[in-house]
Amino acid sequence: MRPEMTAAPVETGPRSSSERGALARARLLRSLLPALSLGLVLLAIAWLNPRAISYFGFSLMLNLAIPIALATIAQMFVIAGNELDLSIGTFVGFVGCVTATWLKEAPLVGVLILLGSIGVYALLGALIHLRNLPSIVVTLGMSFVWQGLAILILPKPGGKAPDWLLSLMAFKPPFVPFPIIAALAIAAVVHFGLMRTSYGVILRGSGGNAAALSRAGWSLLKTKIVLFALTGLFGVLSGMALIGITTSADANIGNGYTLLSIAGVILGGGEFVGGRVSPIGAVIGALTLALAASPLLTFMHIPPDWQVAANGAILIIVLAARVLISRRER
Amino acid sequence: MPEAGADIIRLDGAEKHFGAVRALAGVDFHVRAGECVGLVGHNGAGKSTLMHMVAGTLVPDSGRIAVRGAIEASYSVPRAQQLGIRCVFQELSLCPNLSIAENARINHPALRGLGWRRKAADLIAAKLDEIFPGHSISASDVASDLSIGRRQMVEVARAFTVTQDPLELVILDEPTSSLDAHTAGQLLAFVRRFVAGGKSCILISHVLGEVLGNADRIVVMRDGKVVASDAAKAFDRDRLVTTMGGAEAREKIAAEIATQKPETGPLRVRARPARQEDGNELVAHAGEIIGLAGLAGHGQTDLLLAIFAAAARAKTGIDVTAPVALVAGDRQSDGIFPQWSIAQNIGIRSLARLRNGLLISPQREAELATFWQRKIGIRTPDMNNNIFSLSGGNQQKVLFARALGSNAKIVLMDDPMRGVDIGTKLEVYDLVREEAGRGRTFLWYTTETEELDNCHQVYVFKNGRIVANLGRDELTEEKIIQSSFGDAA
Repeated sequence: MRPEMTAAPVETGPRSSSERGALARARLLRSLLPALSLGLVLLAIAWLNPRAISYFGFSLMLNLAIPIALATIAQMFVIAGNELDLSIGTFVGFVGCVTATWLKEAPLVGVLILLGSIGVYALLGALIHLRNLPSIVVTLGMSFVWQGLAILILPKPGGKAPDWLLSLMAFKPPFVPFPIIAALAIAAVVHFGLMRTSYGVILRGSGGNAAALSRAGWSLLKTKIVLFALTGLFGVLSGMALIGITTSADANIGNGYTLLSIAGVILGGGEFVGGRVSPIGAVIGALTLALAASPLLTFMHIPPDWQVAANGAILIIVLAARVLISRRER
Repeated sequence: MPEAGADIIRLDGAEKHFGAVRALAGVDFHVRAGECVGLVGHNGAGKSTLMHMVAGTLVPDSGRIAVRGAIEASYSVPRAQQLGIRCVFQELSLCPNLSIAENARINHPALRGLGWRRKAADLIAAKLDEIFPGHSISASDVASDLSIGRRQMVEVARAFTVTQDPLELVILDEPTSSLDAHTAGQLLAFVRRFVAGGKSCILISHVLGEVLGNADRIVVMRDGKVVASDAAKAFDRDRLVTTMGGAEAREKIAAEIATQKPETGPLRVRARPARQEDGNELVAHAGEIIGLAGLAGHGQTDLLLAIFAAAARAKTGIDVTAPVALVAGDRQSDGIFPQWSIAQNIGIRSLARLRNGLLISPQREAELATFWQRKIGIRTPDMNNNIFSLSGGNQQKVLFARALGSNAKIVLMDDPMRGVDIGTKLEVYDLVREEAGRGRTFLWYTTETEELDNCHQVYVFKNGRIVANLGRDELTEEKIIQSSFGDAA
C-alpha cells in the first residue's frame, strides 16, 4: 500500500525541468534548421554572384517559388494526417490545363471544374479512411487519372492564362519582391489556421494519436476529409499560380512537384508520421528548394546534366543535419 | 448533484463476444453517487471490456445500460461525456505531438474561439496544481517531451477538468502504474476528496493495497463474470487474492526467501553509481536477488544500464564477471520486436546457441521456445504466432523467457512487472526465486514495494545515489520510504 506523504515536491520522472528545457532548445534548433539552410543557400548565392541579391534578382530567382510553396503546403496537410499524396504533381498540371483553357474561355465552368476537383480530393480522403486503404496506392492511381484528364483538356502545350491572373502574378510591390510577400502571407495564413485555431489542433491530433481523438468523440472521417480537401484547395492555388507565371500550360508542367513538395515538407521540419508538421518550415523548405534547384547550381557552374543529382545531394546534407539534431532530443 | 446513494450508472446482463471469445458473460454492475468502486481481477477477466462499455467505446451484444435510472438505448462516447462519464484508459491517450494545453482542448469541444489557448492552458494547469501540487509540468510542454509518469499525471488531470459538460464519474484504469509512491499518494488522496464531494469513481488497479485502502466497495471479476461485490471493509488482501483466483499469498514468498538465503557465492557484480560520492556500492553474488528501490527515476535504471554496458566493455567503478541479460521495463519500445513471432522474440538473445553453420536452425529455435512455453506458461496455441497475439502479461513472460533462456548469469530487471496482473506476477516471482536457487543473480528495480519481498538485499536510491542498504531482516516499507525521502546522502 502506498501511504500518503506530505514531503516537499519531488522530481518524479527521469526528465527534470532543466532536461526538458534542453529538449525544448533542441526542438527550437530543429525548427530553426530550415531557416538556417535557407540562409546558407542565400549566403552561397551572394558569395557566388552578389548582384543576384537585389529586388530584381530575387524576383527572378524566386519566380517559381510561389507555386512550389503552395504545393508544399498542400502536401503538408496530408502528411499532417499520416498520409502521402503522390498525385499532387499531376494534379497541379491538371489544374494548370483547366486554368489555361476553361477558366479563361468559360470562367464559370472553369470554377466549377476546379471546385469539383477539390470535392474529388475530399472524397479520396473519405475513401481512404472508410476502406482503410493506403493513401500511397490511391493517390498513385489518381496521379494517372489527373495526368490523363490534363492531356484530354490540352493535348499539346498551349492555352493562355486569364488576364486577371497574369496581372496578379506580375504584381510588383515596392521594396520587397512579390514572391517573398506571397510566401510570408501563405506561411502566416496556414500557420494561423493549422497551428493556432482550435480545430487545427484536432487536425494535427489526428496524425498524432487517432485512437485518442476518436475516443474523445471526434470524427476521424471528418478530419481526413478536411485534410484532403485542404490539399486539393492548395493544389488548385498552386496550379493557378504556376500558370499565372508561365502564361501557358502543358499537361506535364507539374510532374516534378510531387517529390519537390514532399522534400519541402521534410526539409521544413515535418515528419512523415506523427502529425508533426510546420507550415512556416514548409514554406521555407519550398523556398530553399526553389533557390537550390537552379539558381544556386547555375551560379556554381554545375552543368544542367548534374543539377538534379546535386539537388539530391543538398537534400541529403540538410536532412542528415536534421537527424543529428533530432538525436539530441532523445 | 444527484442524491447520494442513487445509481450513476447501472449495467444489467451485459454480454460481449469477440469472435469465439466470450469477454463478458452477463455482468450486472452499478456505481452509486459519492462512491469509489474498486474493480479487480486478472488480465483478461473482463475489466477493460466492462469499462469500455461504461465509457461508451464498446456496445454490449446484449444487456441494458441505464444512467441515473434512464435507459440509454444508443449509448456512445459523446453521450457518455454529456452525462459526465469519463475514462482514463490504460494505454496512454495523449497526442504526443501536441502541447499539454492542446491535449486538454481535444477533450473539450467547448474550448474554442478567441483566447481558447489561454483558457485551455489555465484549465489544465489549475487541475494539475490541485491534484499534484509541485508537479513542475508546464501547459506549453509538448507531450512527447514528458516522462511516462508525467504523461500519466496529465492524463489523469485532464479527465477531471470541467467545461460545459458535467462531471459525475471518472474511470481510472491503472492510474498509478507509472507513478511513484509520492504522486500515487497525491492522486489517491484527490480521489477521496472527489468522492467526498458526491462524485463517483471506478478504480482499477493491480496494486491491491490501493484498492483496499481507497475504494468504498470492491467488485471482483473472473472469467468475464462478477464473482464478488462487497464493502471494501469486508475484504482483506488474502480474501481478494483468493476470490480473484490468484496463487498463494505473499507470506509464503517471504518465508521461502528467508529460509533460502544462499551462502555467499562468487562475486558477480560490484557497481558504484556515477553520482555516488561516499563509499556505498552495490554488491551482488551468485544466487542473490538484489532489489533496487526508491522513488521512480532516481538512478536505478541508469545503474542497470551502466552494468549492462560494463558487461560488454570495461568501465571504471563497475565490475561484472558474467554474461548479462536485461528485461526491459517499457516492453513496447525497448523489449519487443513487433513484427516477429513469439519464438523469434525468445531466441534473439541466444542466437549463438541456435546457430547451425551460418544459419539459425528453426528446429533449435522451436525447441527453445517450446521449452519456455511450458516452463513459464505462455498461453498461446502456436509459438509461431505474432508476439502481439499475446496479452500484455504473456508478452512480458516472453521477455523473461528471452533473458532466462540465454546464457546470462546475471539478469537485470528494469521494473518489468508494471501493469501485469497478479497471477502472472506470482508465476514470475516463483521462477525468479527458482532460478536464483540455481545460482543466477538478479538485479531487480521495482516501483512496487511488495515485489521487494522477493529480494535478499535491497538498495534504496535517491538522486542517483545509493542512500540505504537493507538486508532481508531489516526490510520494511517504512524504512524504504524514510530513505527515499530522507536528507541523508
